[in-house]
Amino acid sequence: MLLIHCPWCGPRNEDEFSYGGEAHIVRPAAPEAESDAQWADYLFMRTNRKGLNLERWVHTHGCGRWFNVARDTVTHRIEAVYGMGEAPPVQSRGGG
Amino acid sequence: MNEQRFRLFAGGRIDRERAVRFDFDGERYTGFAGDTVASALLAHGVHLVGRSFKYHRPRGILSAGAEEPNALLQVGRGAYTLPNQRATQVELYAGLSATSQNRWPSLRFDAGAVSSLLSPLFPAGFYYKTFMWPPSFWLRHYEPLIRRAAGLGRSPTEPDPDRYEKMHVHCDVLVVGAGAAGLAAALSAGRTGARVMLADEQSEPGGWLLGSKTAIDDAPAVEWIASALEDLRSMPEVRVLPRTTVTGYYDHNYLVALERVGDHLPPGTGGARPRQRLWKIRARQVVLATGAHERPLVFRNNDRPGIMLAGAARQYVNRYAVRPGESAVVVTNNDSAYPAAIDLSDCGMQVHIVDVRSRPPEAMAAAARQRSIEIFAGHALVAAHGHARVREVTLASLDAARTGYTGTPRRLSCDLVAMSGGLNPAVHLFSQSRGRIVYSPERGCFVPGESVQAERSAGAANGTFPLAYCLSEGREAGKAAAAAAGFRKRGGLRSPKVEGEREQPAEAWWISPPSRAGAPLNKHFVDFQNDVSAADIALAAREGYRSVEHVKRYTTTGMGTDQGKTSNTNAIAIISQTLGVDPSQVGVTTFRPPYTPLTFGALAGRDIGELADPVRTTPMHDWHLAHGAAFEDVGQWKRPWYYPAAGESMQDAVDRECLAARNAIGILDATTLGKIDIQGADAAEFLDRIYTNGFRKLAPGRCRYGLMCGEDGMVFDDGVTARLADRHFLMSTTTGGAARVLAWLEEWSQTEWPELEVYFNSVTEQYAVASISGPFARALLEELATGIDLGPEALPFMSWGEGRVAGIPARIVRVSFTGESSFEINVPSDYGLYLWTTLMRAGARYGITPFGTEAMHVLRAEKGFIIAGQDTDGTVTPDDLGLGRMVSRHKDFIGKRSLARPDCRRADRKQLVGLLTEDPQTVLPEGAQIVDRVLPRPPMKMIGHVTSSYFSANLGRSIALALLRGGRERHGERVVLPLPKRRVAATVTAPVFYDEQGERLRA
Repeated sequence: MLLIHCPWCGPRNEDEFSYGGEAHIVRPAAPEAESDAQWADYLFMRTNRKGLNLERWVHTHGCGRWFNVARDTVTHRIEAVYGMGEAPPVQSRGGG
Repeated sequence: MNEQRFRLFAGGRIDRERAVRFDFDGERYTGFAGDTVASALLAHGVHLVGRSFKYHRPRGILSAGAEEPNALLQVGRGAYTLPNQRATQVELYAGLSATSQNRWPSLRFDAGAVSSLLSPLFPAGFYYKTFMWPPSFWLRHYEPLIRRAAGLGRSPTEPDPDRYEKMHVHCDVLVVGAGAAGLAAALSAGRTGARVMLADEQSEPGGWLLGSKTAIDDAPAVEWIASALEDLRSMPEVRVLPRTTVTGYYDHNYLVALERVGDHLPPGTGGARPRQRLWKIRARQVVLATGAHERPLVFRNNDRPGIMLAGAARQYVNRYAVRPGESAVVVTNNDSAYPAAIDLSDCGMQVHIVDVRSRPPEAMAAAARQRSIEIFAGHALVAAHGHARVREVTLASLDAARTGYTGTPRRLSCDLVAMSGGLNPAVHLFSQSRGRIVYSPERGCFVPGESVQAERSAGAANGTFPLAYCLSEGREAGKAAAAAAGFRKRGGLRSPKVEGEREQPAEAWWISPPSRAGAPLNKHFVDFQNDVSAADIALAAREGYRSVEHVKRYTTTGMGTDQGKTSNTNAIAIISQTLGVDPSQVGVTTFRPPYTPLTFGALAGRDIGELADPVRTTPMHDWHLAHGAAFEDVGQWKRPWYYPAAGESMQDAVDRECLAARNAIGILDATTLGKIDIQGADAAEFLDRIYTNGFRKLAPGRCRYGLMCGEDGMVFDDGVTARLADRHFLMSTTTGGAARVLAWLEEWSQTEWPELEVYFNSVTEQYAVASISGPFARALLEELATGIDLGPEALPFMSWGEGRVAGIPARIVRVSFTGESSFEINVPSDYGLYLWTTLMRAGARYGITPFGTEAMHVLRAEKGFIIAGQDTDGTVTPDDLGLGRMVSRHKDFIGKRSLARPDCRRADRKQLVGLLTEDPQTVLPEGAQIVDRVLPRPPMKMIGHVTSSYFSANLGRSIALALLRGGRERHGERVVLPLPKRRVAATVTAPVFYDEQGERLRA
């Protein structure tokens, strides 16, 4: 049970949150201009990193806000929590 | 049998004033308060308590604690019964009833023991090798056979009458284990003012000190324990939890503990207290002072009843005042068995010591010889003899290489063998915390390596065995843990004075050689619970298994309910000997939660019955109840399913309701449909991006049906959205999809388009909704409504207006899910029931009829209206549903680009069609498969499936909706659906069966 620091509500148990997958996947500005391969890459392909992963969480059973988390997928250590649209304060590590 | 023949006259932690009656396998016994079932049975000389899992060998009591692999009993009667309870931990209570497991017809004569004679036929991997083929045999023959033969206990079949609770707590320092190290840790952490929890699995704190004669500060250890507890109780931030086992150590210092609040009381006498309490603890710092488990020695027939761990024998003598036999052979590779031998001798037993080391410890040996204990140094036990109880052992002098024997073996008669193979730190929780266990060659055991979480081990759990060191290490660990949590206090605690007890480390000695070179080791047991012998492990190694994880699964060693607490290290040692490598190279298995088994009752807690999930009801619910509605669960909502009149079947009721909705007035409680209030300057733009069709041009006062897709282009919800004002919309969703849709809107708003000004609020429960349908619906509403023109020009289909209905402010929306002219009346929730009863009363002369979800499904299917989640399954595009016209070409929306992917444009995608069975009375089952060609048996090529299917009273025949490959091009074709024992033919049609032009709807 991770202890996640919601930027609005403070440290709460993992079961108050929902996981939102890899962060910083940008939706193409003009989807129609994307090739099938480019679109498939946006739609389906994720890094599945072993190491420090930048990922999205939402405080479903709390304030309902989305935010980003830098979490090590091996140790589950959370190195940073930061807002949507903010640049990551740490770099992701480890291969995918 | 009330005579406790083996009870000592004095000493022990039992209360001789309080006799406790219990029964075991139908025989009556008496013990004392403070006994466990194991100690009480031993007081009567009962060692034989069970049969082993595979060979049905007689088994006795091995240990005095959580590590017990043999003495697993069925405890309690009826609904209170619990299987696989460790007799060594079950506290005695008046009227306790225990039975042995895994024996038939009786413990003394067990028919299954014949498999013991066949044991050469049950080698390692036996199950894998024998029960593999043919696969069809597995379910029908092998599995029931194995289950019956192997059966551990029986689970109760009646509902659990007990109550269980959960606690969620935070603390600064959690100390696990209240032995010497744990008490010392709690004391030093507690005095800093930190919030400390001390959890201990036994009925009273003290750990192994309770069963030793050691003195602390020149007084019996129990006095030091009592004063430590008194100190702890005086600290307001310290909580001591006895009878509490920490069973799991999870991420970020989250631990789970089971408190057995009432397990030591007769069933049903705990009053208001729960039987068990599950603690969920978030600790800043953890101190693991979980102690150690003694290892058995591995020799032939080392599993006979009467053979137990030396430390356990000592516990029974000192803590429970039980003499575990008349004549003992103590066999050891380390010093710790000497105090045990002395205690056994002092309670009147005849004792011999067999020490595999050639040089026994001098002072201890002298103390033993003083008591006329004969010591056989450099000897090992070759074998034990006896069947239901050990009666003799063979010992022999080890040769120089220590792989065989020299000289003449000799026999000693005895009825107790107390063995000690050294101590295994209880590293289970450390391992669960993801810490790596490392082999310590000096100590001959696995110890915790580097910490991964905010945790430290202390005392025996850390491989530190001498008492003086346990106390100082515990004290330092508690102090350091408190400091790390931000609590400090000047000045140290005084170190308690402890008798010098300097022990030599155990010799790395694991297994007695066979009596002659090459003789089998198939009776040298390693894992008692799973009947794994040294021969099995050696066989696995010979067959090429190298990793302990593989050997474990192949031989099943360590896979019993005890998770190999007594067997794992011996198994690893034997693998390493067989392979000729160091134990550290064999590796260790990962311990998993729970440390000891938990009951499902504790895990479920109060989340059972009607508290398992919240129930949502509408303001009209009581009316539905009073009018005999049958209910359907839709998400958490209770929705009326149908309203059977007296003597009606479900089909009768649904038919009547469907006919009324088309020929008179039907009324539906539509409150449960999701309602999301959407406001903001960019609300229209946002909806344009969410829905496949356009919403920007929708005029205030109008409504539009919208389809939502995922980014993969697949339909995931639908509903009607009304534009209340320029910047204000009210979205409706499916009943089950409301929460999901709101989350979806929030996600896109917050993460992708934060620049759009738009806000969402669920208003599902703010409005009660009655939907009336049918040719007289308008006439009825006109009688009750004021301030609104309900005519088809003023309030056309897909528009809304405001007025009053029966004096209540109402929003009336002209949408229809039935295909009839319909009015959806939204009023503030508090008026819902009043609105409903008023409509029912005024509508009586029109024949108003309440209809439930089943009639609603039939009516909408007659019209070919889909239900997202029933006619779609996450693989269906708008075009597949025949709703391609709703996909805007003039704007982007979520999922649009995906619809242009080649796979979404295939002509042979599954498309929505209607099916009319050739026999109009046959109703296809939903989920039935349409096949390309019917063959005598599966597999057949499946080309589609039925998504909705009903009998339509309005049409006088069955109808179905289906998804069929290339279905739009197949209208008029005949298809066949094979069902169990029959096949049904049907004609493919358009998915609309009634009023195709929609004239009734717009009326």
